[in-house]
Amino acid sequence: MIRLSSVSKEYARSGAALRDVSFHVRKGELVFLTGHSGAGKSTVMRLIQMADMPSGGEVRVSGFSSKLIRQRDIPMLRRKMGVVFQDFRLLRDRTAEENVAFALEVTGTKRSAIAPRAHRVLTQVGLAHKARAYPDELSGGERQRVAIARALVNEPLLLLADEPTGNLDEWAAKGVFELFREINAMGMTVLMATHDLDLVRAHPQYRVIELSQGAVVYDSAPTPATREPQQA
Amino acid sequence: MSYALREALAAFRRTPLLTMLSVVAIAFSLFIVGLFGLTAFNISQAVREVENKVEVVGYLRDDATAMQLQVAQEELRRLPEVQELRYVTKTEALATAMEEMKEFRDVFTDLESNPLPASLEVRLRPGQSSPEAVSRVAKRLQAYAFVEEVDFGDGWVEKIYTIRRLFGAAATAIGGAFALVAGIIIATAIRIAVFARREEISIMRLVGATDGFVQRPFVLEGIITGLLGGITAAALTWVAFAALNRYLFALKWLPSEWIVAVVVAGTVFGFLSSIVAVRRHLEAV
Ligand SMILES: Nc1ncnc2c1ncn2[C@@H]1O[C@H](COP(=O)(O)OP(=O)(O)O)[C@@H](O)[C@H]1O
Ligand SMILES: [Mg+2]
Repeated sequence: MIRLSSVSKEYARSGAALRDVSFHVRKGELVFLTGHSGAGKSTVMRLIQMADMPSGGEVRVSGFSSKLIRQRDIPMLRRKMGVVFQDFRLLRDRTAEENVAFALEVTGTKRSAIAPRAHRVLTQVGLAHKARAYPDELSGGERQRVAIARALVNEPLLLLADEPTGNLDEWAAKGVFELFREINAMGMTVLMATHDLDLVRAHPQYRVIELSQGAVVYDSAPTPATREPQQA
Repeated sequence: MSYALREALAAFRRTPLLTMLSVVAIAFSLFIVGLFGLTAFNISQAVREVENKVEVVGYLRDDATAMQLQVAQEELRRLPEVQELRYVTKTEALATAMEEMKEFRDVFTDLESNPLPASLEVRLRPGQSSPEAVSRVAKRLQAYAFVEEVDFGDGWVEKIYTIRRLFGAAATAIGGAFALVAGIIIATAIRIAVFARREEISIMRLVGATDGFVQRPFVLEGIITGLLGGITAAALTWVAFAALNRYLFALKWLPSEWIVAVVVAGTVFGFLSSIVAVRRHLEAV
């Protein structure tokens, strides 16, 4: 599903953000990506979205390679993944339901299919009763659920979450993570960047990859590199 | 209503002043073009009307022989510019003169000998009456020894052509300057629209909207702006036409294809400026 091979990333001003990063996340896994602030977690996330390209090495996601992908294929890659951020990134002038519907509207979904699908996924994240509320009228946890609903509504194969609980209180964070576990239990691959070590320690059954200063320093369950070499 | 159209119309609501400025700038640049069109069209109409009357007349010496005339007529008829050649005898010339100037009839009757020369009247083919063609034929006539003098419209054809060229150059310069201003205003409008919607745009990209989809509302905005500008320009041109017609001189209104061309030009201009601007500014989001 995701394979990074000897990936490095350099920024003109701040130097090396990633050095020789390699890991492989398989379909159906839920993986924590941890590390200090500035370790390179968000950079990894951006490379997987191909919002940025590696300076060296290769990123492969769901059949797309950073070495081969053309600019106009990137939207197709994005439709195979849902992305959630710490700051939710909802549109303030749209209701919860409209925010979710937006992701369908702009990817060319048939009009008649939009409302039922938006409603179904809002129900899935437990927010059907707040469908008409604007982001400013929702709590942090609720906003993040709307963002998750938006990420899921295009039925992706992969969910990327960059510090999704960073702005939430402990209870809301727990709720959001429970939602990730449910989604993962249904077969979706989830990669979650977090520096919340309590959360990570509370769920030892999931794989942990730790970054420090742009390098992988720990991987609780590395996938043998020789297996499925061509299928990223 | 499609997403793109809804968003394009929303942009007009968000920044009405800027939209109006864009429309006005396009309208002005095309209005200049329209005025030129009106002038050029009316000049061409006038030229065409007199073109059929353009004649080069060679007045003959009295000692021209029938043989010389015969040869000259055959040669002249073979020129590609010549539509019709007529030999006017001294008697015919006198008859015409008496017809046209009745008040002098007595004078003509009293004359002992006919003072009017015979002449060769050459009518040029339509489309062959440019200043160059006229002077070519005139030179040709002048070359015959028995031709006393050649007469042709005193260079007025040339003058009309010069006026038209001047109008064309002025309209191109002024219209071009306005078009440049219009292009800059449209680009600014789009930069502001892109900035106002940058969050939306980044989310669109995040969830996998194609570049074309992201660009469409902006391009549509440009097209609508251009269309409105073109229509306004056509209306302004009509107002100018009506005013001139009423207070100065009789003019002919432009053929409808010209009006359609003005509106289409505005639309195409809006489309091109917006697509260039949106490509540039979206890269920065
Ligand atoms: N767009 C960028 N331009 C320059 N440097 C960047 C950029 N994004 C991240 N960095 C740098 O890369 C390093 C890793 O950042 P990041 O991936 O955001 O870390 P994390 O998400 O783990 O906190 C940091 O040193 C940061 O300053
Ligand atoms: Mg980060």
